[in-house]
Amino acid sequence: MKKVFALVMAAMMVVAMFAGCGSSSSADAGTIKIGMTGPLTGGAAIYGTAVEAGMKIAVEEINAAAGEDGLKIAFQSQDDEHDGEKALNAYNTLKDWGMQFFAGAVTTGPCLQIAPETVEDQIFMMTPSGSSDKIANSGSNIFQMCFTDPNQGASAAQLVYDQQMATTIGIIYDNSDDYSKGLMQGFKTKAAELGMEIAIETAFTADNKSDLSTQVTQCKDAGCDFVFLPFYYTEAAQVLTYADKIGYEPTFFGCDGMDGILSMEGFDTSLAEGLALMTPFNPDAPESQEFVAKYQEMMNGEIPNQFAADGYDVIYAIYNACVATGVDGATSAADACAKLEEYFASCTFDGLTGTGMTWNEAGMISKIPAAVIIQDGKYVAM
Amino acid sequence: MQILQYLINGISIGAVYAIIALGYTMVYGIAKMLNFAHGDVIMVGAYISFCVTNYLGLPAIVSILAAMIVCTVLGIIIEALAYKPLRGTSSLAVLITAIGVSYFLQNAAQLIWGSAPKNFTSIVTFKPFSLAGGELVITGEVIITIVISVLIMVGLTLFTGKTRMGKAMRAVSEDRDAAQLMGINVNQTISMTFAIGSALAAVAGVLLCSTVPTLMPTTGSMPGIRAFTAAVIGGIGSIPGAMLGGILLGVIETFSKKYISTEFSDAIVFAVLILILLVKPAGLLGKQVQEKV
Amino acid sequence: MKKIWNKLWNNKNTRTNLITYLVVIVAYAIMQTLYSMGILSSAMKGYMVPVCAYISLAVSLNLLVGICGELSLGHAGFMGIGAFTGIVVAALLETSIPNEILRLTVAMFAGGTMAGVFGFFIGIPALRLRGDYLAIVTLAFGEILKNIFGNLYIGLDAEGFHMAASAGKVQLLEGGKMILDGPVGATGINRLSTFPMGFVLILFTLFVVLNLINSKEGRAIKAVRDNRIAAESVGINVTAFRMKAFVVSAFLAGMAGVLFGLNMSSVAASKFNFNTSINILVFVVLGGMGNILGSIISATVLYILPEAMRGLDDLRMILYAVVLIIVMLCTWSPSVKNVMQRISAAIRDKVSRNKKEAGTNE
Repeated sequence: MKKVFALVMAAMMVVAMFAGCGSSSSADAGTIKIGMTGPLTGGAAIYGTAVEAGMKIAVEEINAAAGEDGLKIAFQSQDDEHDGEKALNAYNTLKDWGMQFFAGAVTTGPCLQIAPETVEDQIFMMTPSGSSDKIANSGSNIFQMCFTDPNQGASAAQLVYDQQMATTIGIIYDNSDDYSKGLMQGFKTKAAELGMEIAIETAFTADNKSDLSTQVTQCKDAGCDFVFLPFYYTEAAQVLTYADKIGYEPTFFGCDGMDGILSMEGFDTSLAEGLALMTPFNPDAPESQEFVAKYQEMMNGEIPNQFAADGYDVIYAIYNACVATGVDGATSAADACAKLEEYFASCTFDGLTGTGMTWNEAGMISKIPAAVIIQDGKYVAM
Repeated sequence: MQILQYLINGISIGAVYAIIALGYTMVYGIAKMLNFAHGDVIMVGAYISFCVTNYLGLPAIVSILAAMIVCTVLGIIIEALAYKPLRGTSSLAVLITAIGVSYFLQNAAQLIWGSAPKNFTSIVTFKPFSLAGGELVITGEVIITIVISVLIMVGLTLFTGKTRMGKAMRAVSEDRDAAQLMGINVNQTISMTFAIGSALAAVAGVLLCSTVPTLMPTTGSMPGIRAFTAAVIGGIGSIPGAMLGGILLGVIETFSKKYISTEFSDAIVFAVLILILLVKPAGLLGKQVQEKV
Repeated sequence: MKKIWNKLWNNKNTRTNLITYLVVIVAYAIMQTLYSMGILSSAMKGYMVPVCAYISLAVSLNLLVGICGELSLGHAGFMGIGAFTGIVVAALLETSIPNEILRLTVAMFAGGTMAGVFGFFIGIPALRLRGDYLAIVTLAFGEILKNIFGNLYIGLDAEGFHMAASAGKVQLLEGGKMILDGPVGATGINRLSTFPMGFVLILFTLFVVLNLINSKEGRAIKAVRDNRIAAESVGINVTAFRMKAFVVSAFLAGMAGVLFGLNMSSVAASKFNFNTSINILVFVVLGGMGNILGSIISATVLYILPEAMRGLDDLRMILYAVVLIIVMLCTWSPSVKNVMQRISAAIRDKVSRNKKEAGTNE
């Protein structure tokens, strides 16, 4: 029996090895190859699947518009399970496929893992949603479509100051998430500069976020009339629900991760009334409607969040750059990388998540941080 | 007054841990296996309840019943396909299979319901109580969760103490071979245990998501591990122990967040667990079994 | 010469050990040849070092679970101690030891030692317990370690080494570098790990573990596993042997952690969680408890299997779960084994009957 088992194992190994090899195909000049990795399964799957769907919509649109002779896109997505190690494997798989441009990763950890690889391999990388400032700083070939965390935190503080939204400030943040921590620190630093005092800051971690009642109660006890929530809408929904239960009604203020709260299935949107958030993407805006409709068709009626919109924009940004610089499927990844790097240093791009976007020499984006407030279940620009 | 509010918060999440821990302890006590898929059965229960209320528009009580039925059937199927063939072999083998089942349920849930989190509508409709001029708030969920967990605890104690089936369960737990010799159908008894454990998981799922509304395919796994810890603190296999362990864990967690550090509360919870096991190696209410040669 | 060989070969233990070494060496030779011929895909090249690390982890856990009979659910914690210690040590020694192989070796021993020391201190309370209670305490320690790593800030600048347990406490001078940054973990790691070093680590792990198993102490450890009370009654110091196995296992896991950590450009504390511990345990149980070669093969296959199934998209993880369950049933379940045996017997029967019939027809 043991021998049989060993044989079965050995056989599986051989199969696995062959499956790993020989998957590269010949280059076709009319088609550029874009690959992405993101968490398509596991706890962070919501972000990965949203970006993937946004990108697929862009690819379909472009390929349909390209016609017979136009430049087309071949797209492949790989699951990284929000894990650096898996991300590396996913990236290598894409390289074997012959990827020319890397449009990932979705979350910061995998981005930081892959970034040095793309530098070494000379592959152009543009992350839709990896927001740590460390990512773009990893290399000159790396660009970001979203705001960096400290910048966004700082502009949030500026906005709060300008609009005089707060007298006593409380912060709840996710201590195990660098996105949340980056925002919190950016906010805190700017708030200190502006002379705003923070009464209480309290944290949770990925392992104990199933219960946030203590943190909300702490803010209530500190008498905060303004609570900054730099994390994702999943946890924010918990905070809002619990605050409502105990009758606590400060101004809640979120960041781009908060976007999506209104479309959360089963969520009582009246709880989100008066919630303010920073988001580059507004699904209720007229220019977003076509995208929203396509996304809903693809994802069983779900309303897209900014992750999906960022993914959509990344594909268009890369495609436009290729058209502008004459890069096609036959260009080597390194040549394409050099050309796009030069192009993005001076281009402006209009997309779903903003107009007149530009990138600085580090690869960080500059776009106008838009803030919205929720009124009658809709986003209204502030 | 403040400290009371945190105590209530702690008891609230603790009561949810307690219900999950009751299911763990039940299965461990009788089948002697660590069922790491228990947390995922909870998640399935919550999804079923969510679908029945939100898509079919049926009242909460029907959704709970539906969740219990589905989970019971699921529990029996899992037991028959994945655990029963391994009975009598190493308990580690069953542990690994349970982990396989856990992966399966999580990924199947993602395929069926998608990865986007859903916001669970609480089954409790009445308003929270406000005491001491609004300084102290007791939500309806806290009361319901505590009442139901106490009911379940009493019910299980009576069931294992008084009924024929319950006595058979205790006999199987005590000595499987001797029980078989006495004419007890061991396989059937263990399947029954899984059925009850899974029905409890459905109730736990509904209550968990009523207290903490986020529902996604990984919802069950972390509370599952917490509840397992709670069951061990109380003495795994002991029904009142699970209840005590759950409440204690919830209170410790909340107090360490409030008074020590929110960053290190996970470490504190597990450190307390280790301390308790050092003083009482079989948990607070567990039986110390003398090993024989 | 031949006599010695025969003597070695006829001893069952020695033979199994020799086969184990041989398999590892041959596998290394094949992979290295393929690598130098340049026909390996990037994905394949990427698997090589992590597989080495996981093999070492599985073998070291097998010492604890299979040989010693203690269930540990916190192996990833030791891996994490090793990884972070190794990363910090490698970063500190960047200028003083320019040779990469030497630096990696020093980092490995530092990581292993740190994990071993932690293993010792964790072992004192943990080994007072047995069975599932020991398992839960190791789980608890794993979670505590993960929580602490996630809040550790270590930086290096002109003034030297800074360390704190909360953000913002580490203020670095211009040109300083954060080595460990709380929840983000270590970033910008200089990747020192190589496949040959992974191979050396596997050989070292095998050497330590196989020697321990086949020594007098190893027999005592197995006696403790099979019947603790009987072992105690014939004068075996049970606690000392359990502790030794625990510390050695932690030490080796720490070394493997260094190899793993220095193979990545960024490592976060959340990597060393319960799931990773469980994954290593799956390698051990599937490969067969106490079967070292089994651990090596199953770690390799189970690491590559979900990667090789990438083509299946949505169904990948669900099929992986199904394969896991089925393989467990096929290797462990007495009834399934029976059925398989009956089927194979029936096939053999049919084949031989067919042959016979063919014979009579002639």
